[in-house]
Amino acid sequence: MSNLIKLNAGVAAIVADDAWQIVHLPAAEAEVKKQAGKVVLFKLTGAESATAEQIAATEVPAGKVVLPLSVWLARKAEFAARVAAGEVGVWLETHELVETLAADQPDLNVFPLIAVFIERFADGRAYSMAALLRTRYGFKGELRALGDVLRDQLFFMKRCGFDAYQIRADRSAQDALASLNDFSEPYQAAVVVDQPVWRRHARS
Amino acid sequence: MYRYDEYDQRIVDERVAQFRDQTRRYLAGELSEDEFKPLRLQNGLYIQRYAPMLRVAVPYGLLNSTQVRKLAYVARTWDKGYAHVSTRQNFQYNWPALKDVPDILAALASAQMHAIQTSGNCIRNVTTDQFAGIAPDEVVDPRPISEIIRQCSTFHPEFALLPRKFKIAVTGALEDRAVLQMHDIGLQLFRDAAGELRIKVWVGGGMGRTPVLGSVLHEALPWQHILTYIEAIVRVYNLHGRRDNIYKARIKILVKALGIEEFKRQVEAEWAFQKDGPNTVTQAELERVAKSFTAPDYEALTDSDASFDARLAEEKAFANWVKRCVHAHKQPGYRAVTLSLKTIGIAPGDISDKQLDALADLADKYSFGELRTTHEQNVVLSDVKLGELFALWQDAKAAGLATPNIGLITDVICCPGGDFCDLANAKSIPIAESVQRQFESLDYQHDIGDLELNISGCMNSCGHHHVGHIGVLGVDKNDSEWYQVSIGGKQGNDASIGEVIGPSFAADEVAGVVQRLIDVYVENREPEERFIDTVRRLGVAPFKERVYADRQPGKKKVEA
Repeated sequence: MSNLIKLNAGVAAIVADDAWQIVHLPAAEAEVKKQAGKVVLFKLTGAESATAEQIAATEVPAGKVVLPLSVWLARKAEFAARVAAGEVGVWLETHELVETLAADQPDLNVFPLIAVFIERFADGRAYSMAALLRTRYGFKGELRALGDVLRDQLFFMKRCGFDAYQIRADRSAQDALASLNDFSEPYQAAVVVDQPVWRRHARS
Repeated sequence: MYRYDEYDQRIVDERVAQFRDQTRRYLAGELSEDEFKPLRLQNGLYIQRYAPMLRVAVPYGLLNSTQVRKLAYVARTWDKGYAHVSTRQNFQYNWPALKDVPDILAALASAQMHAIQTSGNCIRNVTTDQFAGIAPDEVVDPRPISEIIRQCSTFHPEFALLPRKFKIAVTGALEDRAVLQMHDIGLQLFRDAAGELRIKVWVGGGMGRTPVLGSVLHEALPWQHILTYIEAIVRVYNLHGRRDNIYKARIKILVKALGIEEFKRQVEAEWAFQKDGPNTVTQAELERVAKSFTAPDYEALTDSDASFDARLAEEKAFANWVKRCVHAHKQPGYRAVTLSLKTIGIAPGDISDKQLDALADLADKYSFGELRTTHEQNVVLSDVKLGELFALWQDAKAAGLATPNIGLITDVICCPGGDFCDLANAKSIPIAESVQRQFESLDYQHDIGDLELNISGCMNSCGHHHVGHIGVLGVDKNDSEWYQVSIGGKQGNDASIGEVIGPSFAADEVAGVVQRLIDVYVENREPEERFIDTVRRLGVAPFKERVYADRQPGKKKVEA
């Protein structure tokens, strides 16, 4: 059963057939930082996310693929033909910068899909990343949320420009659909609903 | 004051429905503890020592009598008959059951109230000057801009899960009564030489473990850009603020790490893209919101009243109350009145359901049905006729709301502390009471004069101890409760952070320590000099010397 929700012209539905394959880096020696007795749960913005060995060893299958940003940056020459065929997307972790991708590839619309991997749902950087991709860099393709994607954050994700949500495997995507419409008339302008309420309606 | 239209009402109603479903899923085991936590926090719900604590938003401290009666109803129906005014002008309930919270929120929504973003890592309730709109030194009424910020920050999708909490304060008067420099963003409204509304923007102030005064980020922002400029600041923070250590996650740490110049450069670069975007405020929108904050229907009065003067001359208790609790007003013949929630024997800021009802009646009878909460945890009636002050005093006295101690040593700012709060290292309410008992004599309090004593039960600094003239902080030492004392903190235009005087004290020593600090002041003060002035003139040394003169750690205690 698919757990992928997509918005199509504002209408959300569960999508059964998804041809995109998310490519992962091979596991590296796990570096567990300790601080005050607690495992550090968030990587800092701008941190290195992969070693050269990992990038080189990443296996990329045939067909439509979503590459880790680090793999795209280091090995993009390999994928020129597949990019032209619309078969390559890129995914970022929340500590990686949208600016890095945009500096490398000024026209992000060569990618049919960009994804953000959210390791912990409480990491709100994904929202700003989505907003930047949609507004600053004019990305028009599918913007997908991966990872710890839960229904109670969907409304915010939608308004920041995510239009596809890979709901965490142990949760029901069917149940999650309802949360995309928690609020009907938001106050402020954002990516989706791009005018504040007082510009949309005559308020008393 | 601001009244909801259909869009405001719809948002709070939909919030109630959303939270009702989230609570149902949590109680049914469909949401884990970790997943529910930010959801409940952003609805003001903490899991406390004994029961959840629910924090109700009072946007910029403004309430009407209908809302206060609803707060009384909630206290009676779902709590133990009382509520608590917090240091961020909000109301808190200490005893609701989790399963009842959706019903409480529905009751609040029926009176245009909510608990949205009163906690959690998001933009919190905007606070302002408790004398907004009436202060003689006011240049610009801060309430319309505060309301505009409230609306934009409510469920702002991009800033729903920030690295840490984010607090904004606004003022438009010459004297800062909102502790601007202790906020993530502080906004000071003023008019430039051409009469245009401008905003001085401070960033990166805060209390907590690392107290910092804010730095100036923009000297004179044109008001139309207030929302896009805030969005630029918060976006830089959201993307680059630390998330790996909650003690280093506030924006003040980012500002310090980058330096204010580099932080400003990043904000300006971000703002260049957002400036003039759809969240830019128009003149029409400012005027629409400002209509909610027009002056009430004042009578044309002179600024004197013979009956008032007569009462003042013949009733010393009334005169004491007027001296401490009655404040200047820009409308002739009117005064603002602070009703003290600092009666000895009652936790600072606590108010019973009966008192809440009485308060609503007082507001209806004497002050156009409106009132305000203060960050000093008291309540203000903003528009009382001079000629009615005596009658108000008598009514307030009957309701236990006329303690004449505003700005005095017994007007303690105090967090709920270890009696209620799960975060606390130590109790704070009994410490407040011990100090209040030590200085119970009203004449003595008045002789000591202006003194702000602030108590926090832990580093989170909800009791604002860093800016207390005397600050007391509860610390945990080998599993027992100790108290660190600082002096020289101050709120206002010349804000400062207090300096710790030395090793900490046991609970039963604190009142004696405060007594010695006061003794040094009384012996050394010059005419008209307040405690804080003496501390600034003499420095910490003579105070420290007296307090520790005969104290040997672990052997001899400081006695009152």
